[in-house]
Amino acid sequence: MTKWVVDAKDITKVYQMGEVEVHALRGLTVQIAPGEVLSIMGPSGSGKSTLMNILGCLDRPTSGEYSLNGESVATLTDDQLADIRNRGVGFVFQSFNLLPRQTALANVELPLRYSALNGRNRKQVATEALEAVGLGDRIKHKPNELSGGQMQRVAIARALVNDPAIIMADEPTGNLDSKSGDEIMHLLRKLNEERGTTLIIVTHDPEIAELTDRVISLYDGRIKE
Amino acid sequence: MNFGASLLEALESLSSNKVRTGLTMLGIIIGVGAVIAMLAIGAGTEQAIVGEIEGIGTNLLFVRTNNEDVTNPRPLTLQDAEALNDPVFAPSIAAAAPIVQGQAEVTYAGQGTTASLVGVTEDYIKVQNVELSEGEFFSSVQINGIASAVILGANVAEELFGRSDGLVGETVRVGGQPFRVIALLKKEGGSQFGSGDDQIMVPLTTAQARLIPGAVKNEVSMIYVSAITSDAVVAAENEAALILRDRHNIKLAEDDFSIMSQEMFLDMASTVTGVFTVFLGGVAGISLLVGGIGIMNIMLVSVTERTKEIGLRKAVGAKRKDIMTQFLIESSLLSLLGGAIGIVLGWLLALGVGKIAEASDFLLDPIITLNAVLLATLFSAAVGLFFGIYPASRAAQLEPIEALRSD
Repeated sequence: MTKWVVDAKDITKVYQMGEVEVHALRGLTVQIAPGEVLSIMGPSGSGKSTLMNILGCLDRPTSGEYSLNGESVATLTDDQLADIRNRGVGFVFQSFNLLPRQTALANVELPLRYSALNGRNRKQVATEALEAVGLGDRIKHKPNELSGGQMQRVAIARALVNDPAIIMADEPTGNLDSKSGDEIMHLLRKLNEERGTTLIIVTHDPEIAELTDRVISLYDGRIKE
Repeated sequence: MNFGASLLEALESLSSNKVRTGLTMLGIIIGVGAVIAMLAIGAGTEQAIVGEIEGIGTNLLFVRTNNEDVTNPRPLTLQDAEALNDPVFAPSIAAAAPIVQGQAEVTYAGQGTTASLVGVTEDYIKVQNVELSEGEFFSSVQINGIASAVILGANVAEELFGRSDGLVGETVRVGGQPFRVIALLKKEGGSQFGSGDDQIMVPLTTAQARLIPGAVKNEVSMIYVSAITSDAVVAAENEAALILRDRHNIKLAEDDFSIMSQEMFLDMASTVTGVFTVFLGGVAGISLLVGGIGIMNIMLVSVTERTKEIGLRKAVGAKRKDIMTQFLIESSLLSLLGGAIGIVLGWLLALGVGKIAEASDFLLDPIITLNAVLLATLFSAAVGLFFGIYPASRAAQLEPIEALRSD
């Protein structure tokens, strides 16, 4: 076991946009310790979303080495990556990305459906996750019956239901008013303290970044010192 | 991912857009309905024809002159029929009855109709199931005496008298000559091959001498041969062939007569109805295919609409096969449900056709076989699977980041 939960060395990412090659990341090295709360900042186009996609195993780097929880991901197949996303990473999106016709419980259960957990346990584990985010009384509600803050809580419950090593949050407060935003940030910090889950928040809001232990600023595909 | 949950999810997804789901299913409903109805009508027709043929008796053979393969065949004669009745050379033959066939104008008090005319001998009732509603069949005295006696079919009697009872003793004109009605045939009802209701019977001798123009004395149209038991049909056929070859002096050449059994008619009929059923089923199958293409179309739209959902599912750990399964279950469910409704529709359609046939006096009882239902169910599920594969694999191949980014 290495001591880093995220250990990325010299990561580059090149996109082909028609005729033009876009260098989204130009040799980026980052190491994150377990339980760390970290924010990634930078103007739009600086590569922060690309970095999050790669750290979250949604995408592969063009070159460089990346180990998540000590496991090298560069050579894994799509299905193996899906498995890692399922068990090792939780995602929280700016626009919540809940399934609109499903209840909060069913939404939280979704990652469990793709792992080998049987029906009864699924419900129980998902209910516990919803209780952990303070929505124990809303499990039968559908997204359109919940406020923005509540929807984001459901999304957080979904992210932590498989007890992942890291939670990736992409502008988690971007679609919320400041009060709900604060509550979400407090919830994320609380979960970090209780469970020791590593938290990576992508944001362009300095106030959010101030609430984290470490800030990585990206500019033009590199870390700005 | 467990199957029950997937099934529920697919049902929810289908019920979330009921109009679209309904319209998509309509293609399959019509396709399966058409297949079921057509197969039922085909099977019903076959059954009706088989019933008709079986009605003529399993023991029966038909001996005719072979005009097709032989030039100048010797005609069948009364003597041929007599020879077939010989119990020594033809122990398997119970009876042989010659007939002549023709047409005749029948009139009574200015009312007239053209009926098919059958000239028979007293042996006719030994080979054919003749049911009389009143009167007696011809006696040998009447046959030998070239009697002017006639037995009327039920429809002919209706046509002439407006009734079909109490007519024994009346006199009608057949071909302009007075004939006494000695009996009436019982009404048989609808029939695919010209019913006995529309015919009249006279003694064979009378028909040859006075009613069929150009008839050669002794020559007959056909000889009915009945075997002693249904197991002896083949033996009877062989004996009849031997006797007739001997009488017609045939040693090596082609027979100038042909012997048909009920089984041969059944074979012919089932070949014809088989082709008929396959043809109808094929046409109906094409509409099922069109329904399948409709499913594919809608599933492709659905994949495009749900790109973001697919991206999310992949982000939380769905593998290719999970997404593939999800969409395949949806498309098969769509076509299976459509298939189930289609089976009911096809059944109703077949019932309707049966009623119409009944109203027009054509006996057709559509039969929905378990096989047809299974075939339709399997076929519709297969259509859903097959036409779901392309959209489902499109969905499964979406890259999660691309899918998440889309709006």
